[in-house]
Amino acid sequence: MTTARSIAEAVRRGERSAVAILEEHLARVAQTEPQVHAFSLLTEDLARAQAAQVDHMVASGEDPGPLAGVPVALKDLLCTRGIPTTCCSRILEGWRPPYDATVVRRLAEAGAVTVGKTNMDEFAMGSSTEHSAFGPTRNPRDLSRVPGGSSGGSAAAVAAGFVPMALGSDTGGSIRQPAALCGVVGAKPTYGLVSRYGLVAFASSLDQIGPFAANVADAALLLDVISGPDGADSTSLPGEPPSARAKLGQGVDGLRVGVIAELAGAEGVAPDVARRLNQAADALATAGAKVEEISVPAVRFGLSAYYLIAPAEASSNLARFDGVRYGLRERGNDMTETYMATRAAGFGPEVKRRIMLGTYALSAGYYEAYYGKAQKVRTLIIRDFEEAYRSCDVLLSPTSPTTAFALGAKTADPLTMYLSDVCTIPANLAGHPAVSVPFGTGDDGLPVGVQVLAPALGETVMFQVAAALEEAAPAVTTGGER
Amino acid sequence: MPVTVALYDGQVAQPNSQAQISRADVAHVARLARLALPEDEIERYTTQLAAVLDHAADIASLDIQDVPPTAHPFPLANVFREDAPQPSLDRDEVLSQAPDTEGAFFRIPRILGEAP
Repeated sequence: MTTARSIAEAVRRGERSAVAILEEHLARVAQTEPQVHAFSLLTEDLARAQAAQVDHMVASGEDPGPLAGVPVALKDLLCTRGIPTTCCSRILEGWRPPYDATVVRRLAEAGAVTVGKTNMDEFAMGSSTEHSAFGPTRNPRDLSRVPGGSSGGSAAAVAAGFVPMALGSDTGGSIRQPAALCGVVGAKPTYGLVSRYGLVAFASSLDQIGPFAANVADAALLLDVISGPDGADSTSLPGEPPSARAKLGQGVDGLRVGVIAELAGAEGVAPDVARRLNQAADALATAGAKVEEISVPAVRFGLSAYYLIAPAEASSNLARFDGVRYGLRERGNDMTETYMATRAAGFGPEVKRRIMLGTYALSAGYYEAYYGKAQKVRTLIIRDFEEAYRSCDVLLSPTSPTTAFALGAKTADPLTMYLSDVCTIPANLAGHPAVSVPFGTGDDGLPVGVQVLAPALGETVMFQVAAALEEAAPAVTTGGER
Repeated sequence: MPVTVALYDGQVAQPNSQAQISRADVAHVARLARLALPEDEIERYTTQLAAVLDHAADIASLDIQDVPPTAHPFPLANVFREDAPQPSLDRDEVLSQAPDTEGAFFRIPRILGEAP
């Protein structure tokens, strides 16, 4: 598979046409998308117009930008002006946003070509993409397995070779876990590094937009294109963003790497995943890093804290879906009846479950015991990470406790599904960056991901280590190519 | 060792602590959340919410009274911008996406005379 970097380079030099590259990718989509269902919407007409524009710019001596002619896919919770944005929910079916998300604008300005909107768990709530109102996505490496979630469509689109790169969003692991299960690279940046303007909100203190790609250098390039301050998002961090690409290929000699004991040995981490993690740690040691096991005690409470904080924020954020200004309306006799009927008809079971859980956690009499406690645990997790980063440059853990599971395996018991996020949640609670890198396969021949975590704004060293892991990784041989 | 460890280390979750959420609680919460739920869904959510709250018993039982809460990873306060007029969203484009409109307004069912 050609990399996004080589595509952009060839297009900028005028050696390849963006239109031809797009058609190659669309042919691949036509061939296997019916089985995979990575997209909730294909935007071929827009893509052809964008590709023609890129070619026109090259022909007239202009530089279309660092992603010239690179086909990309967008998770269907990123607003695209005039193009349906559904969050894979009935309540937003057919909605055409009146503005573009900042990341969508930045991709267009960099010369990227938008192939479509990708399937996801409804409102990004889920770990398998089975909670999409429009049907599940299947893992391109084994169609009987889930791609992970909630950004399962974006991960699958990259793994299937439909696009070299895609955007997702990550609230508790929704980029990293599907990246691991599909055998691609996926990163959650530092909270505030990427503008959330135009990202439909799930849990505002946790959500971040981030890149998927088939390799580490492409993911770093995509992050560098979308990161940086934005006046339209008051939580975006001021100042020059760190470069994800600055130290790629410089090795890890002398770097201090800590393997998080509580996550390596977390409940449910499968032996084959644990083996790959150890192998990854050994590979970094062989490359000259100082590797040690380290304790970050409070991460044991991450899952419980997350499943109170995220639903609480969601219950508040999703109050906006009231059948007044956009989306579905189920009419009742008065406004309250209209709200209740609209939301009952428009939201799927997982979204209702989270709204209920969050409303309960915030309600009078329970606030202190649940939401208040969870916020204090968040402080403990941040403190323990701070302590760990005094002696380590980066930390290592599994991304997902297991390889991709079968469709239907975890839908009956919500708590079982929630446990998929145990290793990814701590970085969201702390606001820190983390990336999943494919590192060989499990006993079932399916991809295993290793997670590299770094302190806030530590993207440079995080991608440096990720690139070294990629170089040392055993190949993922099933399905797509790496 | 971080100071925080001493505060909770050694504390354990109470196993099988039965979360005290009742059907009536769930029906009340559904009303607060403006969700019309049929009986069978209320039944199902009562069981499922209890399971999640049981799992959360590990933190509900922690004695961490003196730890300050974190609402947001980085405390950014008072983000200002130039107070200059800028183009806003196109009104017709916005209204075209609403379920019901009248002139330049969103149209909704009556709100007067409703029970609180």
